[in-house]
Amino acid sequence: MIDALATGYVYAIIVAMMMASLFVLLTTGNLIRKMIGLSLFQTTAGLFYIALSKVGGGTAPIIIDAESAVGQARAARLDPAYVEHFGVDGVVYGNPLPHVLILTAIVVGVATLSVGLAIAVRVREAYGDTELDAVRRADAAASEPEPPGPRGRPNA
Amino acid sequence: MLEQAASIAAFVGQGLVLAGAIVTIIGSVGVLRFPDFYTRIHAASVTDTLGAGLIIVGLVLLGGGFFVTVKLLIIWGLILITGPTASHALANAAFTSHVKPLGRGDLRQPSASDEG
Amino acid sequence: MEWTAPLLADPSLLFGAALLVMLAAILCAIVVSRKLLTSVALTGLFTLVAALWYIAMDAPDVAFTEAVVGGGVSTLILLGSILLTRESAEPVSPSRMVFPAIAVILAGVAILYAVGSIPGFGDPASPANASVGRDYLERTYKEVGIPNVVSAVLASYRGFDTLGETTVVFAAAVGVMLLLGFGERALGDPARRHEALNPDLVEEIDHHVVLRVATKIMIPLMFLFGLYVLFHGEVGAGGGFQAGVILAIALIVHALVFGLSETMRAFPAAAMRAGASAGVLIYAGVGVINMLNGGAFLDYDFLFPPPLEQALSGPDGHAGQHYGIIAIEIGVTATVASGITAIFYGFAGRAPDIASRGASRGPESGGGS
Repeated sequence: MIDALATGYVYAIIVAMMMASLFVLLTTGNLIRKMIGLSLFQTTAGLFYIALSKVGGGTAPIIIDAESAVGQARAARLDPAYVEHFGVDGVVYGNPLPHVLILTAIVVGVATLSVGLAIAVRVREAYGDTELDAVRRADAAASEPEPPGPRGRPNA
Repeated sequence: MLEQAASIAAFVGQGLVLAGAIVTIIGSVGVLRFPDFYTRIHAASVTDTLGAGLIIVGLVLLGGGFFVTVKLLIIWGLILITGPTASHALANAAFTSHVKPLGRGDLRQPSASDEG
Repeated sequence: MEWTAPLLADPSLLFGAALLVMLAAILCAIVVSRKLLTSVALTGLFTLVAALWYIAMDAPDVAFTEAVVGGGVSTLILLGSILLTRESAEPVSPSRMVFPAIAVILAGVAILYAVGSIPGFGDPASPANASVGRDYLERTYKEVGIPNVVSAVLASYRGFDTLGETTVVFAAAVGVMLLLGFGERALGDPARRHEALNPDLVEEIDHHVVLRVATKIMIPLMFLFGLYVLFHGEVGAGGGFQAGVILAIALIVHALVFGLSETMRAFPAAAMRAGASAGVLIYAGVGVINMLNGGAFLDYDFLFPPPLEQALSGPDGHAGQHYGIIAIEIGVTATVASGITAIFYGFAGRAPDIASRGASRGPESGGGS
């Protein structure tokens, strides 16, 4: 029972946070705030992956010597049969693969975030605002009286 | 003799870490409770110099080998440079954008200068 | 044999739980806030706490990356784009929240339903942890010869994937440069530059003495640390991505304190373009060298011709893996550092326009590129 509680809450909180950031992304009409929501959604997806990579009683996936002081201190906290079964050469490690995926995803995330923000900045320069409503109004105003110019401007 | 010294060092180290944690909590309460920007930043800077400093010195005493000690001391030195600089930059930015400190009698209406 | 994870013996469990609650609280504050500045500050805080949580989950490499990228670069770029656009979002009418709320709740329930049937948190016997992850852990030290399994998987086993990601960073930098320019407006003609840095330049310069002195101490240390992270990535947490971001942050700090034009004089935008392309070239070039020596693309065992490989390796072997990983990490660092600096130049180069526009209070002169 206590173990189910100890394990279930992590995923529940992370999924709730994921949905909350998706809610930010969907409701707001502000481009910058949309990008904030997107970036948060990405971070929470990372949290989910890393939660999957946790191995109970494990340590960081940097190979250490089981005979060293650190390795022995690590092993002392765990059941020897558990270490024997799940450890690699006497040390239990976390799963490195999700770490790799999320590590690169974070850096790629900031790069794509900056492209999105750059587009938002250009939208601001072209339309005078980053609210989607204002952009739509400007587009509608530009298309009604005359054929749209190269750039729709609210004050044109 | 050596073992005694080690256990005393560990004891003092634990005490320092605890003291650092308490100072950090005090600083956080200060950030929440103080009335204006400048007093809040004072509380925050207590957290990152005194709180972090105590915790790091405590960790050094708790021991972890030569390299860990050196790294911790380097981190302490960097915090001592960056923490006050960041506080100074914030306070400077507030001052140049004309955020006024609270004067005598302002505490009656804290909402008047809450923004800023 | 059935095993339950010894989570209650794991001290990081409680720490992680507390951090998760903090994360949820911060996210609630972000959902509620309307001021973009507050949202961005809280987003930076969110990523820093997430980095701490990654430490509790035994993922120091990820934590390191999240801290430098989330707490440093993305917060800074978000702040820059707020400065270039507007400071608060329009309030959203409740009627517009109905459909997103329904969609989000439905999706959340669906995901939670699916989560119920994935292995428990911390389960060492879950398919993800027991098969491929364990395989990497067992083979890395024998096949690649470096202790940090994350670096080995990143650079060697999944080197092709990382090449793609480096290229994405390069492409994003090119995209931002095309959208926002190279930051050359900040250089501009001297009169305009003066205007941009101003209005009360003469008075302000004295306010920044402390900052200037402190950053003069810090920037060389940041460069040194970036290089340490790059070359230490095989042994401890770190690697090319983190090193690149740290180097970029050092340049950005310089630009923030001493002015963009000063930084661009030392590190011109052209150098950043060259660096970003050179990084991808180095990475792909290492792969091609392996092919020329008879191996597969990015198979570092063939980085040197076999006789030289044996001569360099000695009894332990893996000289090709060591040099290959360092070489591609240097490539990654070059691309990430130059790319992020170029992105920053792009955003910061727009600031003079905004400053002069704000001074004249005119809504126009936008879009003139």
